[in-house]
Amino acid sequence: MGMLLVTLFLPLIGFLATLFIDKEESKGIKYTALGVSLMTFFASLFLYFGFDHTNSGYQFVLNQVWIPTFDAGFRIGADGMSLLMILLTTFITPIAILCSFGSIQKREKEYYAWMLMLQFGMLGVFVAMDTFLFYVFWELILIPMYFLIGIWGGKDRIYAAVKFFLYTLVGSLLMLIAIVWLGIYAQGMAGGHFTADLLKLREIAPTIPFETQKWLFLAFALSFCIKVPLFPFHTWLPDAHVQAPTAGSVILAGVLLKMGTYGLIRFNLELFPQSMFEYATPIAWLAVIGIIYGALVAMVQTDVKKLVAYSSVSHLGFVVLGICSMTPEGIQGAIIQMVNHGLSTGMLFLCVGVLYERRHTREISEFGGITKVMPKFAVLFTIAMLASVGLPMLNGFVGEYLTLLGAFISPFLNNPWLSIISATGVIFAAVYLLWMFQRVMFGTNDNPKNHGLKDLTTSEYWQLVPIAILIVWLGVYPKTFMVISEQSTQALVGKLEKIKFGKTNYPLIEKKEQALK
Amino acid sequence: MIIYQLQQLTLKNEQNLSIFNVVGEKSMIDLIYLVPLLPLIGFFIVGLFGKKLKSESLVGGIASAAVGGAFVVAVSIFVSLLGHGPEERSHVVRLFTWMQAGTFSIDISYQVDQLSILYTLIITGIRTLIHIYSIGYMHGDKGFPRFFAYLNLFIFMMLNLVLASNFLLTFLGWEGVGLCSYLLIGFWHDRKFEGSNIVWTGDAAKKAFIVNRIGDFGVLVAMFLIYSNFHTLDYASVNSQAAAGFPIGSGLITAITLLLFLGCTGKSAQIPLGIWLPDAMAGPTPVSALIHAATMVTAGIFLIARNATMFALSPTTMAVVTGIGITTALTAALVGLVQNDIKKVLAYSTVSQLGFMFVALGVGAFTAGVFHVMTHAFFKALLFLGSGSVIHGMHEEQDIQRMGGLKKYMPTTYKTFLIGTIAIAGIFPFAGFFSKDEILWNAFSQGSPILWGVGVLAAFCTAFYMFRLLHLTFHGKERFDHHHVHPHESPISMTFPLMVLAVLSVLGGFLGIPYALSFGGSIPNILEHWLEPIFAPAMEILHRPEVHEVHAIEYVLMAASLGIAIIGIMLAGKFYKTESDKPQELATRFSGMYKVLWNKWFIDEIYQGLFVNTFYTLSNGFLWKIFDVKIVDGIVNGSARVVAESGELLRKIQSGIAQNYALMMMVGIVMILVWLGMGS
Repeated sequence: MGMLLVTLFLPLIGFLATLFIDKEESKGIKYTALGVSLMTFFASLFLYFGFDHTNSGYQFVLNQVWIPTFDAGFRIGADGMSLLMILLTTFITPIAILCSFGSIQKREKEYYAWMLMLQFGMLGVFVAMDTFLFYVFWELILIPMYFLIGIWGGKDRIYAAVKFFLYTLVGSLLMLIAIVWLGIYAQGMAGGHFTADLLKLREIAPTIPFETQKWLFLAFALSFCIKVPLFPFHTWLPDAHVQAPTAGSVILAGVLLKMGTYGLIRFNLELFPQSMFEYATPIAWLAVIGIIYGALVAMVQTDVKKLVAYSSVSHLGFVVLGICSMTPEGIQGAIIQMVNHGLSTGMLFLCVGVLYERRHTREISEFGGITKVMPKFAVLFTIAMLASVGLPMLNGFVGEYLTLLGAFISPFLNNPWLSIISATGVIFAAVYLLWMFQRVMFGTNDNPKNHGLKDLTTSEYWQLVPIAILIVWLGVYPKTFMVISEQSTQALVGKLEKIKFGKTNYPLIEKKEQALK
Repeated sequence: MIIYQLQQLTLKNEQNLSIFNVVGEKSMIDLIYLVPLLPLIGFFIVGLFGKKLKSESLVGGIASAAVGGAFVVAVSIFVSLLGHGPEERSHVVRLFTWMQAGTFSIDISYQVDQLSILYTLIITGIRTLIHIYSIGYMHGDKGFPRFFAYLNLFIFMMLNLVLASNFLLTFLGWEGVGLCSYLLIGFWHDRKFEGSNIVWTGDAAKKAFIVNRIGDFGVLVAMFLIYSNFHTLDYASVNSQAAAGFPIGSGLITAITLLLFLGCTGKSAQIPLGIWLPDAMAGPTPVSALIHAATMVTAGIFLIARNATMFALSPTTMAVVTGIGITTALTAALVGLVQNDIKKVLAYSTVSQLGFMFVALGVGAFTAGVFHVMTHAFFKALLFLGSGSVIHGMHEEQDIQRMGGLKKYMPTTYKTFLIGTIAIAGIFPFAGFFSKDEILWNAFSQGSPILWGVGVLAAFCTAFYMFRLLHLTFHGKERFDHHHVHPHESPISMTFPLMVLAVLSVLGGFLGIPYALSFGGSIPNILEHWLEPIFAPAMEILHRPEVHEVHAIEYVLMAASLGIAIIGIMLAGKFYKTESDKPQELATRFSGMYKVLWNKWFIDEIYQGLFVNTFYTLSNGFLWKIFDVKIVDGIVNGSARVVAESGELLRKIQSGIAQNYALMMMVGIVMILVWLGMGS
């Protein structure tokens, strides 16, 4: 319990601490931010070791009533999925901060303060067990991200920042209405009162008549699908990515997008199973379109960063497809794919950042034969690229395979074509990534501007290597991480199957629940 | 007949038992994990510290030792299998759980049996020779350690492919060898390479990977179908369930096997996915020998052999396999007639020979298919390494029109190349004769006379173009520029492997002497005997008990195919041994056909037009520039403008200080909530 609180608030403390440092103290600010984010990472490791894998419920729970009038509380806790997302956040953030050391030159104090604020918000989203608290954190993230893009971004940063802001805001306003509506519905029940307690709502929400429920479902779903982003709500993403500084892109791809898919599982699946049964197929089709569409559009990009951004649309499609399958294979695959995408795409953005640092351009045609001058970089870039292609033994394969398998055998979707069509995505992924890699890294180095490029610095090297290690680890022995969310996923699927079919294939969990009672 | 079936039944039971028995039994076989592990360790050592080791012989030595060690372990396991009875040679060695979610669980576990150990021996054995060869061939190359690291990674992947006890682990190896092939084709990534829409070696590498991925898509979907119907991906269980629960001709089995076969056409370079292999010759020659001739491309044969039972259940698939195999065998052989790049000729010959193997599988002669894999591995590795020796001695020249008369400059290379050429032409008693003849005989007896006829035609072409290659390279006038090119024999590290492979190319065929030539069964067919338990269930489905009678026609056909091959050789001699206008004359007379063959049936161009350009135009012209930019963003920006204009009014209260925004947002949310909460 205490450790979760520490993990959550360390970045906020760091944020306040940086505010007190003189803004000329560039080094002090940087290392404070890095130190705090590393401390947060170590704190989260305690969570990892203290977590009980056999328990499907929330752990490290802290429940503090905050605004009694409408039963909004400071309720935090973590189940398996949350924990994985927390670990991803605490792992990616120090790397993102480290990669800013060289590239961020102006207004450093604000920059690192916002980075820590961003981390606080992200962690908050993943630990909130209260709809109100969740919403606060959800909105909180918009602000630092808006400034990160708007101040330290590229040429069209203002357009990109506003677009990002508006897109997300439209979705989240609908979500707010849904949250309030949920509370009111709870109040209307016999002996009920207005509540924002997620655990209580998990009991109440599924009983809402479908006619009402479906609107609540759609409000949540829209908000999350914009964040994911699901086709056709994805056009903010390429702009945001291209304009954001490298660290912004890393965080955006690494963690922020996962808030959408996390929300889909946490709210849409858990609160509104009936509606999910109804809408899973159309959402899954959008995911399938996104997989193919993202890949095809990525293929024709001339800007490396935009290419990687569109690849996210494709990769996140797999996650959404896995969620819609509502099978343990699909959901477990989706969760691990969230982690995978965070690592491999985060690493790809870091690699693009390395190139940008040296050449201040991201046009593919400006490069060629880089392998020759940057051999170390070439190895790590290859690993990131192949992980993204979904090569077995690297992490991407595990997630993609399980989500596709889940969608194929799903009794809810009951349509193997979703999975078969999506599987063509593996071909397109190879096409756009290999083609890009070929043009950037292979061939002769005949652009004079590329002749003297320096290979990775020590700092860059150590930003990439830890990710590469995890990429291999997750590919060879994903069990280390998948076991964390196994129980909560099975419990969720068991519940869904019981509602839909009256029985479940996961009797183990039923038994355990009975034993607990 | 009844006795035979009873035998099969007990055999099956024993096989099942042995799978369970092995758990807990500590033996040599449990050390199977060392076989892939040693090359992996070699990969890490050479990959991570290769540059620091500085000495080429040390790097090459470590890499070779790792693979040689794997070979030694494989041999010991083979010997220990020999100690078991024929029915007790199938073992599963489980290492750890790879993936698990819900009820789905996949282990990293290896299946040691007659088929996988045979493949393992071929891979590690030939690999060791090629490693030794590469030390000489790659001498002085900047990427020396990188090259050996890739090679070892390849061996690791290939061993996983053949040793896997389930589809997914095979798929890991399957994709893994694709990756290594990609890395090795593009090994000299700053070199140019000529091909259709190919400028750099990297383009060829990319093409190989992508085309293979199309095949992998088939395997992926097949695995989904298998899992959703059999609830497992273990080979043994899937095949026995299929045999027990599905009738011959079942639609599901046909779908699964066809999808698997799509994967095989990718990896084994068959129509319609065979286009990548000739371009794969952009890689260093030892790579062509190892990956693109001896081992990786035979993965497709392996996958079908491994699932022989399932394939036997689907006559449709078997017919498709045969049809694709024979068409590929002939079309590729025809292209081989007119090519001038020494490695491309060999590449097309590989495609063609693989076609033969598929014909064998398609007509149910699984042993014959695997037999040809083995003999082909010997003589094709020999030919490729020989061509590498030529290219090495000719200072990277690959065009046979600019060679000739090399016989006296490189005698060892010439002699071994000659042996390889005779072997691939299928002349008695060289290795190629036995395996090809067994395929042709099965094509006749289990297929049709037409199938046999087309096969013989392809064999005729093979004999012709291989001797054309030999003559243009080693005989006749010296057509190279004497001022710049000084041909020389290669060092012993390169010629030694050639000699070993030459011996194998001569003797390898005696492992599978057909019954017709065994003097009434007095010489055993060692290979058939060895593999029998593997293919027994499939043979049962196909109703093919062991035949021990010889038809006179078998001798007639044997003589006919031999005769036709000899005609091909003589014709090639007449055309190419000495200067002759005949080839030019023919090329002019049949200029249309010549052009088609020269351009490899225009398949690359057709694919480019049909798929590549279409997808590119669609994605670039419509999806991105119209749909994303105009439609979606148009709507978004339009609505944003409306908001922005009304927002102008509110601008006055905006301070521009970030914290204020946050504060105001919080206050706003709280106010709304309080109002809503109170109001209702």
